Amino acid sequence: MFYKHVRVQNIFTFIAGLTFGIGLIVSGMSNPDNVIRFLDLSGNWNPSLAFVMAGAIPISFLGFLWATKKNATLFGDPIHLPGKAHINPRLIAGGILFGAGWAISGFCPGPAIVAVGAGYSKALIFTVAMLVGMLVHDHLLPTLDRKLFVKQ
Amino acid sequence: MIGMAASILIIVKGRVAGISGILGSMMQLKNTPVDHFMWRALFVSGILLSSVVYGLFFPLPESIINSSYITLVGAGLLVGFGTRMGSGCTSGHAVCGIARLSLRSLVATLIFMGSGFLTAYLLFHVL
Repeated sequence: MFYKHVRVQNIFTFIAGLTFGIGLIVSGMSNPDNVIRFLDLSGNWNPSLAFVMAGAIPISFLGFLWATKKNATLFGDPIHLPGKAHINPRLIAGGILFGAGWAISGFCPGPAIVAVGAGYSKALIFTVAMLVGMLVHDHLLPTLDRKLFVKQ
Repeated sequence: MIGMAASILIIVKGRVAGISGILGSMMQLKNTPVDHFMWRALFVSGILLSSVVYGLFFPLPESIINSSYITLVGAGLLVGFGTRMGSGCTSGHAVCGIARLSLRSLVATLIFMGSGFLTAYLLFHVL
């Protein structure tokens, strides 16, 4: 019984990833040129990605509503949710850096992985650099916190 | 479909579909239980294979990547570093976070979208 439930969870987790990736392809997010034309408001503006987000949020809302009401998964396991309230300088600074990199390349993490799967070597270069950026951050985090964000 | 995927993951696995968090956590191999790595690897494999699966049924839309290699390295470092520092990217903050009515995620989304709009403006109209 236990073994079966884990297997069903694994299959659905994979399907969720697949659905997520196909959603990015269908919506045009996996094409950085689209994303750049969305972020460049004063160019030849392409508003379609605003609708992608506006469409994805209400559907996710229903999923989260179900899960938080029940406070468990379909299988009765606990759900893991990050905090909602903590707004700190780190959140702001991270957002500024991420937004800049996003506009320069047209890639955010999900679509970059989709494009790697489609075989674009440039997407692979971006993704490797992104993973390095993550590792550098996580390695430096204790120092960063001490020097920048935690004021005694 | 993005919303459906996020809903499946929270309902079945009890996890938030935040790609930067998933990738960042996957790389922290020390003291990580197998299951914590497994679901993330499965989810990422799904995303990686999505182009292949989509391509079996429909013509795959082209990804037009005009940036040079060196630009992509710089942007990748910014995105990797920034998403970890800000605890999330488009999927975790803008889609899942706002769907959970999280003020923190709404603020993060406004910041990175604002930064994106400003950077695009500076890059394409000032420089």
